[in-house]
Amino acid sequence: MAVTKEDAWGVQARSQTTGSTHDENELRVAGFWVFLATDMILFACLFATYIVLRGNTDGGPGPRQLFDVTGFTEETFILLTSSFTCGLATHVMHEGRRRALVLWLSVTALLGLLFVGLEVSEFVRDVSVSATISRSGFLSGFFTLVGTHGCHVSLGILWMGSILFQVMRQGITPAIARKLTIVGLYWHFLDVVWVFLFTVVYLMGVM
Amino acid sequence: MSSHAATHGGHQESGNGHGGGFTPVERRFPWLHVVGYVLSLLLTVLAFLAVLHHWLSGNPLVTVIMVLAVLQIVVQLFFFMHFTEGHGPKYHILALGFALFFTVAFVGGSIWIMSFGDTQAY
Repeated sequence: MAVTKEDAWGVQARSQTTGSTHDENELRVAGFWVFLATDMILFACLFATYIVLRGNTDGGPGPRQLFDVTGFTEETFILLTSSFTCGLATHVMHEGRRRALVLWLSVTALLGLLFVGLEVSEFVRDVSVSATISRSGFLSGFFTLVGTHGCHVSLGILWMGSILFQVMRQGITPAIARKLTIVGLYWHFLDVVWVFLFTVVYLMGVM
Repeated sequence: MSSHAATHGGHQESGNGHGGGFTPVERRFPWLHVVGYVLSLLLTVLAFLAVLHHWLSGNPLVTVIMVLAVLQIVVQLFFFMHFTEGHGPKYHILALGFALFFTVAFVGGSIWIMSFGDTQAY
């Protein structure tokens, strides 16, 4: 009598008889939450640095001159949508729909790529008007904070790509289900960080 | 439900083979995700409009968009990250609580302590 239920992370788990697997999965996901907590502290430090330094433009370009409303609006909606499609990927994964999973995972990774592309072009544009990382305290804080987030997103894309590859080769296995749950948490976390970047850095910058 | 659902017997979720040991749930429309997405779009649009159309200014505006950002976290946590649906020990809530404490201490503390240095040049 295998009673199935969804655990905290939506990963299918069996009751009592196969409890160990359930515990192991749960432990791994709990471990990833601990990583997310430390990553959050990293971003807290960078946010604190940015907030303290953001007025120090040293006569150079400030947020108002640099930030392009259309640009960061696009980036925000792209990342919000990718968080949604990532959620859909986890949803269809639970239903065992491999093709749909490949589709939504690809869409998520492509939206992520588009986001990183827009961010890189934003940085290139900034540098072309000599707003470089060493120009002022504000720009050091800005590039470090936004760049660290961009690196996280880039890593997430590579990670998703590798899981996509495994799904296409092996189908949906419990191991892959767990990996997908974890990369999903990572992706939603990055979306949360971006919401704060967009609020504290961009919106307050053009306010 | 697909035919995989019948494979309840396996005691080892070893992860080899196509869907071996993985039990799909029944298909249903992802309402939770759609509602979460619509809410997140709504919160973002509100924050944009509040800033670009100058509904408020200064500290009240900062407060409003910060509250919208916090609501956005709540949406992500509950609609996408299934934060509260745990069965086991709630280690993740503890971890996140700690992180939240440090975040408030670092960011709030930095802002507070630097507010005394107005007259000095950094």
